[in-house]
Amino acid sequence: MLSVQSVTGGYPGHDVLDNISFEVERGELLGIVGPNGSGKTTIFKMISGILKAKSGSISLKEKPIASYSAKQLARVLAVLPQHAEQAFPYTVKETVSLGRYAHQSGWFQSWSEHDEEVVQRTMAQTGISMFQDHYVNELSGGERQRVFLAQALAQEPEILLLDEPTNHLDLSYQKELLDLLKKWTREQGITVISIFHDLNLAGLYCDRLLLLENGKINLHNKPNDVLNEARIQSVYRTKIEKHPHPTVPKPQMLLLPEKQAEDLSDLHITEKCLTHQKDMIKLHARFPLRTMSSGVVGSGTGWYRTFVNRHVDKTYNCSDHKGEMTRFLEDHGIDPTETVGMMTAVRLEDVAYRFIEDEGVSVFVVVTAGVGNAVDASKSREHVYEPLPGTINTWVFVNGTLTDEALIQSIMTATEAKVKVLHDQQVKDAVTGTTATGTSTDSILIAATQRGEHQAYAGTITTLGKLISEGVYASTTEALEHYRKRLSR
Amino acid sequence: MQKRFTRMFLLNKRFIAYPIATALLIVAMLLGISIGTVSVPVLTILKLIGTEVLHLPSLGKTDPMFTTIVMDIRLPRVILAGLVGASLAIAGAAFQGLLRNPLADPYVLGVSSGASVGAVLVLFLNLSIPFVGMFTLPVMSIAASILTIFLVLFFARQIERSMRVETIILTGIVFSSFLGSLLSLMIALTGEELRQIIGWLLGSVSMRGWEYIGIMLPFFLIGSGILLFSTKELNAMSFGEERAQHIGVNVAKRKLWILIGGSILTGAAVAVSGTIGFVGLVIPHLTRLLWGPDHRHLLPLSILLGAAFLIVADLISRTIISPTELPIGVITSLIGAPVFAIILIRRRKESRG
Repeated sequence: MLSVQSVTGGYPGHDVLDNISFEVERGELLGIVGPNGSGKTTIFKMISGILKAKSGSISLKEKPIASYSAKQLARVLAVLPQHAEQAFPYTVKETVSLGRYAHQSGWFQSWSEHDEEVVQRTMAQTGISMFQDHYVNELSGGERQRVFLAQALAQEPEILLLDEPTNHLDLSYQKELLDLLKKWTREQGITVISIFHDLNLAGLYCDRLLLLENGKINLHNKPNDVLNEARIQSVYRTKIEKHPHPTVPKPQMLLLPEKQAEDLSDLHITEKCLTHQKDMIKLHARFPLRTMSSGVVGSGTGWYRTFVNRHVDKTYNCSDHKGEMTRFLEDHGIDPTETVGMMTAVRLEDVAYRFIEDEGVSVFVVVTAGVGNAVDASKSREHVYEPLPGTINTWVFVNGTLTDEALIQSIMTATEAKVKVLHDQQVKDAVTGTTATGTSTDSILIAATQRGEHQAYAGTITTLGKLISEGVYASTTEALEHYRKRLSR
Repeated sequence: MQKRFTRMFLLNKRFIAYPIATALLIVAMLLGISIGTVSVPVLTILKLIGTEVLHLPSLGKTDPMFTTIVMDIRLPRVILAGLVGASLAIAGAAFQGLLRNPLADPYVLGVSSGASVGAVLVLFLNLSIPFVGMFTLPVMSIAASILTIFLVLFFARQIERSMRVETIILTGIVFSSFLGSLLSLMIALTGEELRQIIGWLLGSVSMRGWEYIGIMLPFFLIGSGILLFSTKELNAMSFGEERAQHIGVNVAKRKLWILIGGSILTGAAVAVSGTIGFVGLVIPHLTRLLWGPDHRHLLPLSILLGAAFLIVADLISRTIISPTELPIGVITSLIGAPVFAIILIRRRKESRG
């Protein structure tokens, strides 16, 4: 569809582009990304015939751009500018109608039914039909952007160049516009080349990305390859992290604000952060912690700063336990959006906790344990599901910086330690009579401060793994002893 | 309902614009012919135009004195004033659209200064070109204005090959200043022709006769023709040259045509009547306020309103302290500026209200 071959050039006396070559297939959605001044807009000006290349060639549908007249080119290629001048107060419809200029021929060009139909259709597609008799200069930035998009679409182009199309648009119109563009590329075979500032939007929607750096192509490939952490950091000269999108298999590049220097000793999670009340144990951190957990609220992964283990009666039965828990937290002046909340029927006085430190890493473990409905995981088929609150809740706080791998291994290590405690304490599964491995409603929480020493792994014999297994084993044993003593009294 | 009503209203507004503007022009012409030291009844004017101009069978006898006054003095004067007003107004409308600046006027590119230098040179040196005789002044003036356009465009191209409008405006300003000082120099060196030169510079359409209409008309037709065929492109270019190019306008070529068309009109108008200010600035602006910025209608409507305005201005200039005639340029500014100010203030209030 479009072929750019070793193009060099720019403004008089100042070359911006240096030997650029790329091809765009019909129906492709190509994103052009790169820092300010890398030549994104200059490429557009060359493709749309505003600037002439000093050397190299650009051809559209196998014909050099230079061989097109302005009108012929406008029938194939339309451009949505970043900003358009507004010298006089035209109405929306007058503005959109100008897009039909290239399709009218002869000196006494008349407005045909087809022209009217196209204008009405593009206004409907961009959601501006209701403004058609308004003046463009009275519209908001986003509405104006859509007017000029409609104008470009009224050209009925085969290839559409968009210079930061989402610039003035609010979130819903950004998504709507890009969804629409994606649909047109697929259904009508329109080719779209778009400049993006937002790498994440570009990554979500584009088939391929062209990354420019100082007028040269750094890489032209699939978004996942172009949006590489090290590459983007070096091209944009800023700190960025790559993470997977939570629901779509596409990468997301996240900015990292500069961290202020802090006194770490003051920020460690220790006993001092723990408060013990009659109906709940609460740990409050001074800043959000990177958390993986299976709580009632705030479960999964996220950043949380308050952790609550709440005592509920054995007979607690509520169909909407999440909602009830949220209300409970609110009633106690705790923000549920920043909180991981768990429940247990175990008496909270039986809690056991300890702080262990080694080689610059430390963990603080908090366990409440009851084995009223202990289960042997290897024979769990023989159990009927009954959400009984006889529970081991394990909290592990790590004062260190953990990778996702380390977070997951921490869960494994903590679980293995717990299983071993049940084994050593001879806790039996009441249904099968075999040794239990846990209870049916156990919960776990790993929370890391993400400050201090980096911990890549947390397997059982790593530094961190040793601390976790020791802390969980000892705390769980102690909590179980408290529990048994109470029962035997 | 609301939407439909607005639409109908807009359509109506445009639909009635032409009859209103035409009616204004006809009334202005009749007033211009009728009023003067000798008053000519409107019925007589209509009869005379019927027999003398349209060669209809005689509609009854008229006083020969009226025939002379109307046919030899007032009708040519009114027509010339109309042509000059129309030329300046349409050229102003086109330049404002092209330069995307509602405050541009036909004189921005230095064309009027060029024309003035040509004319003043004739007066200063008492030139008379063989065969052209008494028309030496307008002929020299038009030649000088056309020479000026091409010099301005040539220099603008030397500065920047793509010839952005900003470059053209700057070049025009340089030329205006330079030619203006040439004018001042000639005025400073002149003796008894001073009054004649100043009078010409302030502008007048008196005592020109049919010959000047003959000189003016071809330029008017060619110039307005070029502009009227570029109205869509002007619409596109008011969104910026790059945008116009993207929409499919051959900007470089159209820009040249529009500049040449507008300059021909301006040069010819200055050559026959001197530099008459304000028409080219205010009339397009007024028309745009009344009927919108669409150049397809703005240009023809500006022609009609510009002609009517200058005919009325000329009428006032020769009657207000009769028998002395005031320079028409003074009148256009004296009426134009306050009227324009009132319109602007009222419009600003409305749009805020």
